[in-house]
Amino acid sequence: MKPPAVAEAVARAIMSFGGVGRGVHEASLDAGMTVFMARQKLSDLFGGPGPKNVAFSSNVTEALNIAIYGLMEPGDHAVTTAASHNSVLRPLFRLQDAGANDVSVVALAPDGGIDYDEFEAAFRPETKLAVIGHASNLTGDVYDIARMADIAHAHGALIIIDAAQTAGTVPIDMAGQHLDIVCFTGHKSLFGPQGTGGLCVAEGIDVKAIKVGGSGTHSYDRTHPDFMPEHLEAGTLNAHGIAGLLAGLAYIEEKGVDAIHRTTCALADRFVQGITGIDGLKIYGGGADGRTGIVALNLADADSSLVADLLNTRYDICTRAGAHCAPLMHQALGTERQGAVRFSFSHLNTEAEVDSGIQALIEISRELS
Amino acid sequence: MRTKTPKAVITFATTSDAMAMEASARAHGIPGRLVPVPSEIDAGCGLAWCAEAADRDELAACLERYSLSYQGIYEIQMY
Repeated sequence: MKPPAVAEAVARAIMSFGGVGRGVHEASLDAGMTVFMARQKLSDLFGGPGPKNVAFSSNVTEALNIAIYGLMEPGDHAVTTAASHNSVLRPLFRLQDAGANDVSVVALAPDGGIDYDEFEAAFRPETKLAVIGHASNLTGDVYDIARMADIAHAHGALIIIDAAQTAGTVPIDMAGQHLDIVCFTGHKSLFGPQGTGGLCVAEGIDVKAIKVGGSGTHSYDRTHPDFMPEHLEAGTLNAHGIAGLLAGLAYIEEKGVDAIHRTTCALADRFVQGITGIDGLKIYGGGADGRTGIVALNLADADSSLVADLLNTRYDICTRAGAHCAPLMHQALGTERQGAVRFSFSHLNTEAEVDSGIQALIEISRELS
Repeated sequence: MRTKTPKAVITFATTSDAMAMEASARAHGIPGRLVPVPSEIDAGCGLAWCAEAADRDELAACLERYSLSYQGIYEIQMY
């Protein structure tokens, strides 16, 4: 679900934009200004240091790869948690499997909670990074990233935040929460198109470029520019997508993140309240400091794929079933075989839609029991 | 026949700096416009800000007032 202005912006851009920084005609300037304004709004949204510190990528996974591979050197150690998505785990595990780095994964409680003492105990003198999901993509639990940032910094490490689940719907303040890098995707709660994402980098963090090539400037230099944001970008940007992202950001600015968060949580809470009491219902998570609009559940021992398919085919309700690219979280919750049915509420949902979901689950539960 | 006239040209290290200049110019009415970097200044590529040479002092004041990053200010003859 996206504000209509997003699609309109993409359509307008695709009919008129030139390449960003590849010319000085109106078509190119329009594209350049759109990208610049999107950088500015993202920096404002995240409490970042300014538009030049926002580099675009094609999604949050690419942004995390850029940040992790751009910072880890041979011998460095990294810390993450079992709540992490594969977009965090796989880049780290690849480094570990190559033999030059070690990774510690902090375990979770059965409710998905993190023991912050255990988190701190994972740090070593050679720890370079903590790479942390702001919220679980499975349970929707929001973790205390300010506390984890302070722990990381106390041990001389940097903190990278995977904000895929929270950017635009949970307040983030890089300056106030002492975050070094925030990686985001455009297509979730920023309301942009798929294929947009990036990273906002605090001042003074030197991320080695893993992609080099066309930059639009300094054509005769043998090496890629060392200044942000071009340093972490190579090739033509997805300005058409970023135009849509800018429209999404403008929408968020108008509504306010706090208001979006309140509405989203109220809808998710209404849903949880409505389904509580269903025989055999299991709701996952709840062990952290806050929530997003995600509600993950199972009906007794019913296959999550079956429940999701019934929701889709009979009630026209879209959920995700099975595993959710967070294998260690499934282990912690004990849902490796069954998977989980994930409802993802947006502030654009209505109470009537929530109530339809409640009724659907009640009916499916009766049928399967 | 076109003749060259003196111009004030500002160069930038990054495209983002050039865009910040453009945004500021739109907001505050700074004279001039973005042009391709004249090869006389840099035989490469990228964007520069070009205004009449008579506006040079005003441009310099705007760079300061609006905290705009730039590489250099040149005065050259341009068409």
